[in-house]
Amino acid sequence: MSVAEQTQESTLPSLTIVKDAACTFCGCVCDDMELTVENNRITKAKNACVLGKAWFLNHHIDDRPDATIKGQPVSYEEAIEYAADILLNARNPVTYGLSDTTCEAQRVAVAITDWVGGTVDTTTSVCHGPSGMAFQGVGEVTATLGEIKNRADCVIYWGGNPAESHPRHFTRYSLTPKGQFLPNGRKDRYAVLIDVRKTKSAKAMDEFIQIKPRCDFELIWAMRALAKGVEVGPEIEQKTGVPLAQLQALVDRMKTAKFGVILFGMGLTMTRGKHMNTEAVLSLARDLNKFTRWTAKPMRGHGNVTGADNVVSWSTGYPFGVNLSRGYPRFNPGEYTTSDLLLRGEADAAMIIASDPMSNFCQQARDHFVRIPTIVLDPKLSESAKVATVAFTTATYGINVAGTAYRMDDVPIYLRPAFQSKYRSDYEILKAIETRIRERQLAAS
Amino acid sequence: MPETFILIPGRTSRQGTTLNEGKYTDDYKDETNTLIASGDDMRRLGIADGDLVRMWNEVGSVVLPCKSASAGEMPSGLLFISYGPTSCHLMKAETHGSGMPDSKGMDVFLERVATG
Ligand code: SF4
Repeated sequence: MSVAEQTQESTLPSLTIVKDAACTFCGCVCDDMELTVENNRITKAKNACVLGKAWFLNHHIDDRPDATIKGQPVSYEEAIEYAADILLNARNPVTYGLSDTTCEAQRVAVAITDWVGGTVDTTTSVCHGPSGMAFQGVGEVTATLGEIKNRADCVIYWGGNPAESHPRHFTRYSLTPKGQFLPNGRKDRYAVLIDVRKTKSAKAMDEFIQIKPRCDFELIWAMRALAKGVEVGPEIEQKTGVPLAQLQALVDRMKTAKFGVILFGMGLTMTRGKHMNTEAVLSLARDLNKFTRWTAKPMRGHGNVTGADNVVSWSTGYPFGVNLSRGYPRFNPGEYTTSDLLLRGEADAAMIIASDPMSNFCQQARDHFVRIPTIVLDPKLSESAKVATVAFTTATYGINVAGTAYRMDDVPIYLRPAFQSKYRSDYEILKAIETRIRERQLAAS
Repeated sequence: MPETFILIPGRTSRQGTTLNEGKYTDDYKDETNTLIASGDDMRRLGIADGDLVRMWNEVGSVVLPCKSASAGEMPSGLLFISYGPTSCHLMKAETHGSGMPDSKGMDVFLERVATG
């Protein structure tokens, strides 16, 4: 199938329709977009949800220098040289971000970090990092969104609000679509939301269970016990806010489902208990496989954060927070994660790709970020780009740059760009930095 | 004596759309700088829709407008805010060895400051 079809219309000198484009705003990575591009602006985004429409229709290419050093415009070559200087002179540099760029760029970022003996970390460490730790602890009984669409007759959303954060998840993958074994779509599924807040997602459910804040672990553990036939006392209601009878009925239903899935959000990972909460959910899904088929998947946020996990994992063996200073990878969340490295003042340089720690890290981490030499690659003049020692303006992945992104279920999706940007891609810039670093390392040895 | 609450920052549809319009737009700032509380809590503390409240913990303090949640959305004792600069301002640095700061479920104090 052709990627783009030129439509000749006399009134519109430059009109392009890009079919099967992918939206990379959220982890659903919907790849059925039909984009209308007029004079380098996307004017229609057919099939996109409200967030996807905002992503495409607001996209414009900023008019900024290709690169700056300490805020002053410089040539691209000067900026590459300066970036190589920073990384070669650092003793403990950290590479961070990576969830909004292509897998091709992620791979080069890992390679650079390896050459300079630094730490590579991604925004996973501040979203589903605890899930990554739990996968390593207890494993993951997993499924693709295609399997969920075609088979899942019992769906539990836990600690998330997909109606607002992943608007097409319900309609494209998990709730309303008809599937091979669910010919009546929504009618063939039983859907439950477990959350502290009765969010907009609750309206789409068969059952809403309002849990007290910070009691997820206790509730999941009680469900594990009930699933195994272990007695649970009525005091569970006082602890979690959920009556025992309601919990028992839910567990009974889960055991008799044909195919179930727990789709969990950051309500589990960002709150007290963190990886213990996700370990509990993964263990519950695993336990239920003694009775029927159950799976559990995290609802991933950024468009290619799943790609970042995959690329860092197949490059180093670990998904995030990986230190490469000894020539072999070491994984230790809390030690090699960016928030901690900055907070403790341990990182002496940082390279940020498509992320904005100056907007969303704690104050102490931000204070350290402005003290050290930094390299920032971003299509926008973010708060981090504003204070960066070297800042590169980049082309936006998915809209201006082709490549690969992984959907939240680890399925790779090819990105079909809508139009060209005058700026370089993350991949091109990172490759140039890597080349310069290697030239200088080889010359020095 | 100010009351303690549990603050849950999270994503909303408007936070997502206004983020794409730009982090410096009035709509984004408005969305990420408005606190949502249960109607019962607001009545008890004498807070009217749109009043300014001060919310603080050991990390920081913010003053922002407070609005009532839709009926049944929020239990008493819980506060909600869209993720953004304001919620990060109150986020503790400690990650408990996980790499992840406590970004949800923060303990905060709340008091009414002025009419909105
Ligand atoms: S659900 Fe996510 S990926 Fe799909 S169109 Fe909406 S924002 Fe884009």
